[in-house]
Amino acid sequence: MPLWKRFGGIALVFGLLLLLDHLLYGPSRVAHDQYKEDVLIRCGLAIILAVSLNIVNGFTGQFSLGHIGFYMVGAYVGAALSTYGHTHLFPQLPTDGSPVGLWTSALPILAVSLAGGLAAAAIGFLVGLPSLRLRGDYLAIITLGFAQIILVIVRNIKAVDGATSFTGLPVASQDQALAHVATPHLTSLFWVFLVAALVIWVAYSLRFSVHGLAFLAVREDEIAAEAMGINTTRYKVLAFVLSAFFTGIAGALFAHYQSSLSNESFRFERSIDVVVMVVLGGLGSISGVTIAAVLLTILPEALRPIAQYRLVVYPLLLVILMLTRPQGIFGREEVSRAWLRGQLTSIAGWFSRRPDRV
Amino acid sequence: MHDLPQQILIGLQLGSIYALIALGYTMVYGVLKLINFAHGDVYMVGAYAGIGAAWLLGTWLPSVVHLPPLIPSPLGAVLVLLASMVICGLLGLIIEQAAYRPLRTRAWIAPALFLGAAVGYVAYGIATNANRTPVSAIIIGIVAWAGLAALLYTTQRRRSPGSGSRLTALITAIGVSLFLENFGVLPQIFSSDPRFFPNDPPIARLAPNVETGLIFTVSLVLMIALTYIVTRTRIGKAIRAVSFDSDAAALMGINTDRVIAFTFALGAALAGAAGVLVFGLQHTKFDPYVGILYGLKAFVAAVLGGIGNIPGAVLGGLIMGLAETLVVAYGPNIGIDSTYRDAVAFFLLILILLFRPAGLLGKFAPEKV
Repeated sequence: MPLWKRFGGIALVFGLLLLLDHLLYGPSRVAHDQYKEDVLIRCGLAIILAVSLNIVNGFTGQFSLGHIGFYMVGAYVGAALSTYGHTHLFPQLPTDGSPVGLWTSALPILAVSLAGGLAAAAIGFLVGLPSLRLRGDYLAIITLGFAQIILVIVRNIKAVDGATSFTGLPVASQDQALAHVATPHLTSLFWVFLVAALVIWVAYSLRFSVHGLAFLAVREDEIAAEAMGINTTRYKVLAFVLSAFFTGIAGALFAHYQSSLSNESFRFERSIDVVVMVVLGGLGSISGVTIAAVLLTILPEALRPIAQYRLVVYPLLLVILMLTRPQGIFGREEVSRAWLRGQLTSIAGWFSRRPDRV
Repeated sequence: MHDLPQQILIGLQLGSIYALIALGYTMVYGVLKLINFAHGDVYMVGAYAGIGAAWLLGTWLPSVVHLPPLIPSPLGAVLVLLASMVICGLLGLIIEQAAYRPLRTRAWIAPALFLGAAVGYVAYGIATNANRTPVSAIIIGIVAWAGLAALLYTTQRRRSPGSGSRLTALITAIGVSLFLENFGVLPQIFSSDPRFFPNDPPIARLAPNVETGLIFTVSLVLMIALTYIVTRTRIGKAIRAVSFDSDAAALMGINTDRVIAFTFALGAALAGAAGVLVFGLQHTKFDPYVGILYGLKAFVAAVLGGIGNIPGAVLGGLIMGLAETLVVAYGPNIGIDSTYRDAVAFFLLILILLFRPAGLLGKFAPEKV
């Protein structure tokens, strides 16, 4: 790829995000709509979560059910850093948790995301180690176990009000207005989608690099990969650490979007939601997983008019989709022009082909 | 430590419940290599089935026939237990036929029937909510049913049998689990309000101390019955053969689909019994989401003992029940808060899997090429 094309792409994404930010939060606030912003931010977070889980579940074929634990570590570490370090590190931020301008939030958000990401990556290293010995379902259940243990430990940390919800920090001060330092509201659409773009870019680069081939080799046949001289252990742990790092960043972003952080957001069912995104999108397909993440985040909102039935429609769709399209909505391939053409041909074949000649 | 025997009894009781549920996980895993996530929810349905049976026997039957009410009485309690086991067994059978079997074979009639009924009911409910007339709502429901049946008919005929991947089955299991929970929450089904078994009078009028031991005893009887079925009967032999090597078993003339269906029914019946035992004898409240945590812990118990291994599931369940109870009882003395109760199970699991990667009684088979 020529250099100008690569940088052109980066500049385009950056420019579009800046424009979006200006429309949303600029002086005119043309497009500002709290509800839509909320849904969009959740879409962005879902993309980060799903694409990074895809590195473990899709690329290396290991099965992690515990990614919500990394998300939780990132969220609480990030929130603790920005709240406790408020007076020393980020004195320019407001203490009442009101939104912050784009450039004011740049440095703090970089700091808290890195902190959250690195903490999660460290935990990811710990969780990745057992994957040396365990396979398949055993690995799935052990990652789930780690996530549950993280949940219970955080619940017992009083410094971040793990048992209830973390809304900030009471401070001994004469001034009533300064008596409470809230977790700053740093996250905006710009940051979420910047990170999402970054994760997608990293995943793509990885997928089509030599390292990516090693990941795929581990997925396809671990023994053969080992025999070909691939250090499977190293790649499995690398996948866990990388994936946990981005998940932790997503957690930190999430923590600085919510006005309060509750352990209810990190239940084991949320892990399952992300796994469903990855499988429905097609294991290993970055574009497919991205689209599935957006679809599955918007679906409950779109189903809102049917009230209590929406919770039933979602699992029914899941079962029916698995029956009729087990390879995921988009299959294992990347969504591209050739892919689209292939799909159209197969749909055309659907009407003409006789079932006996499968 | 003066009440240690009492604590151990409570631990064994909790452990025997975990063991009953874990048996269903482990047997299904044995024959199908599938983590049946919906199993915890079958346990929840068991509790509701028990409440229904208790109402039938205690309130409805005496008002129709001139008989003394069967509730409370030991006979009534046994009938409630059996009713719940039968209903859950049927549910297990339906789940297998409607959701898991079509992933392996070209079967389409059963999934079209049951999945279609669910889709049709949901479509009917949505139409009713949107203020349609009853007739048009029913028509919408039937059209949705027929549409799904047609879809399954066309896609299932194109399936090459045995092509389903294990991950697909896992996601399907998650879907079934979510469906059972969220369907139960609908106000016209179970609703999300917590329920109790008819507490006054209790379904079996016995002294409270006896009830503690009773859960353990009944579970033990059920486990012995299961051991008998698995080791001494023809179908039990078939189950063992299928979990040893399902392809070879099929070549030997064993109808593997029937064995799998029977295994599901058996496991589900045990989960149903566990539901009645826990909520019927302890009088704790339950709601449609109660199966999640119990199911998860029972699954951990099954893995702990070595998944696919029947004695392993019982051992794992008992170890987990004891560990959890002892941590709650004595943990605070040595600085472990009782809120760590839910983490103990997983901590034990990680510890044991690190040293015995296939669980306590599982056989670790090095991979051969």
